Amino acid sequence: MKIAVCVKQVPDSWAEKKMSGGTLDRASVDAVLNDLDEYAIEEALRIVEANSPTKEAGEGSGHTITLISMGPDRATEAIRKGLSMGADDAIHICDDAFAGSDALATSLVLSKVITDGGFDLVFCGTESTDARMSVIPAMLAERLGWAQLTFASSVAADPASSKVSIARSTEFGIENMEATFPAVVSVIEKINEPRYPSFKGIMAAKKKTILVKALGDVGLSAEQVGNKAAWSKVKDAVLRPARSAGIKVEDGGDGGTKLVDFLAEKRVI
Amino acid sequence: MSEVLILVEAIDGKVAKSTGELATFAKAIGKVNAVVFDSALVAQLSAYAIDNVIVCNGIDVAKFSPGPIAQSLAQLVSSKSATAVLITSSAKGKEVAGRLAVATNSGIITDATSIDSDLVTTQAVFGGSTTVHASVTHGTSIVTLRSNSIEPIAGSGTPTTEEFTPTISDSAKLGVVTSTQPVVKGGRPELTEASVVVSGGRGTNGDFKPVEALADVLGAAVGASRAATDAGWYPHTHQVGQTGKTVSPQLYVACGISGAIQHRAGMQTSKMIVAINKDPEAPIFELADYGVIGDLFNVLPQATTAIAAKKA
Repeated sequence: MKIAVCVKQVPDSWAEKKMSGGTLDRASVDAVLNDLDEYAIEEALRIVEANSPTKEAGEGSGHTITLISMGPDRATEAIRKGLSMGADDAIHICDDAFAGSDALATSLVLSKVITDGGFDLVFCGTESTDARMSVIPAMLAERLGWAQLTFASSVAADPASSKVSIARSTEFGIENMEATFPAVVSVIEKINEPRYPSFKGIMAAKKKTILVKALGDVGLSAEQVGNKAAWSKVKDAVLRPARSAGIKVEDGGDGGTKLVDFLAEKRVI
Repeated sequence: MSEVLILVEAIDGKVAKSTGELATFAKAIGKVNAVVFDSALVAQLSAYAIDNVIVCNGIDVAKFSPGPIAQSLAQLVSSKSATAVLITSSAKGKEVAGRLAVATNSGIITDATSIDSDLVTTQAVFGGSTTVHASVTHGTSIVTLRSNSIEPIAGSGTPTTEEFTPTISDSAKLGVVTSTQPVVKGGRPELTEASVVVSGGRGTNGDFKPVEALADVLGAAVGASRAATDAGWYPHTHQVGQTGKTVSPQLYVACGISGAIQHRAGMQTSKMIVAINKDPEAPIFELADYGVIGDLFNVLPQATTAIAAKKA
């Protein structure tokens, strides 16, 4: 199997964020590998391990895992983290022309690189913790004309029969789905526990190949990507006034009753 | 008059209230066309401000990924020359919207809390700390709207109905549903739809019984912090926060939740916030309209009894 995992470098989800000129100010916060993408990398590794004669990913498994990431130079840090978990190599789509790309342009660029790579399966997290649109996996399936198996709480793939099946877990319940390769799979948190990179993994990651692709290498023109090609525009962004603390009482044995009195007075119950 | 499409969403055979919210927003823009794939739902749609119902035939959308729904909508966008398509910001709704934007070469905005008659949307981003106004600049405005954003206005009469048979490509039908297991809800409302949410965190020590009891007396949904779901105390689907659901109910009750940014991102646009926590320094108190410093195992049962008594 040739597996790709789409990963994104995002501002740390535990940090405060702010806007700058209509887009997220990325310079002012720590950048990390999107938490939710770690589940996708882990699941790809587990699927390779389950189908490997050596029960390990990497050379000798007969399968490959390629990380694909679109982002500025410093996204290599997030890519190296994914490589240290055990992915084989990476494609870093990096060009100033991509700055400010919306989800449509991002999915267009990713779909070009995925088509060129000849992958069987593409794994994604359900969303990035910065933009939180949760649309890229569906957009990729639409652009590629591939099966969409998203919000997976479990995944099984069989390279012999080229079949992949998932349990799709959403607010509507669980749907068991299956498809033939190629397919786009997104995985939810809780599908697994992502491994910590081992010391050996971190050392090995330094020698793994990161292929850098610029605008010309993905077969698109500058008009199709970046801020100018974004089909939605921010008019203004204002900081909401911070919520202020209201009444705070110490429970002296009647905290529950006082709480209910407050809610009744405010007519919320 | 501009034509607006809204996608009807239903849970267990009942049209979701969020569909009425979409109709309310759409009404300010133009003629409201509700798109439905299950003709059994049509009768319920006169409750909302819908002018015309489009029943899509010939495809069992429950058997597939969101592909066929998006493809049907794309064909309707073209035949109706729709100016906007409004969809509920559910997991599936956003996927439909994403595919639809690609299929119609249109811009997309997700998780809006409003859209006005000029198609300008409002979004609360970065966990509700920033308000953004934006609009689509190319093609049809594809917008997903969060539940509980507006009070639905009532319908004024029975909408007209038309039938539509979409042409679904083979590629949209890749990925087949082989079986389903409905959610076991125990009668509680869906988290993102509920007007009251009671959530538990680390302070529950894994015992959600008092949280659930209070939720039930309030007719509320139950939420959980990431700490609680990571510990396996409550199902992941109930997680409220940056990496879980975003809720914006009338009342949010945080029980034994410290209030890290991770959690606040999912709930700080709630209309009223109440917090119960043993730690007087817990950051959740900074945004609570009413905070009780105390043990949730004492405070919650007492509140539950008091509410039950008021109702009796």
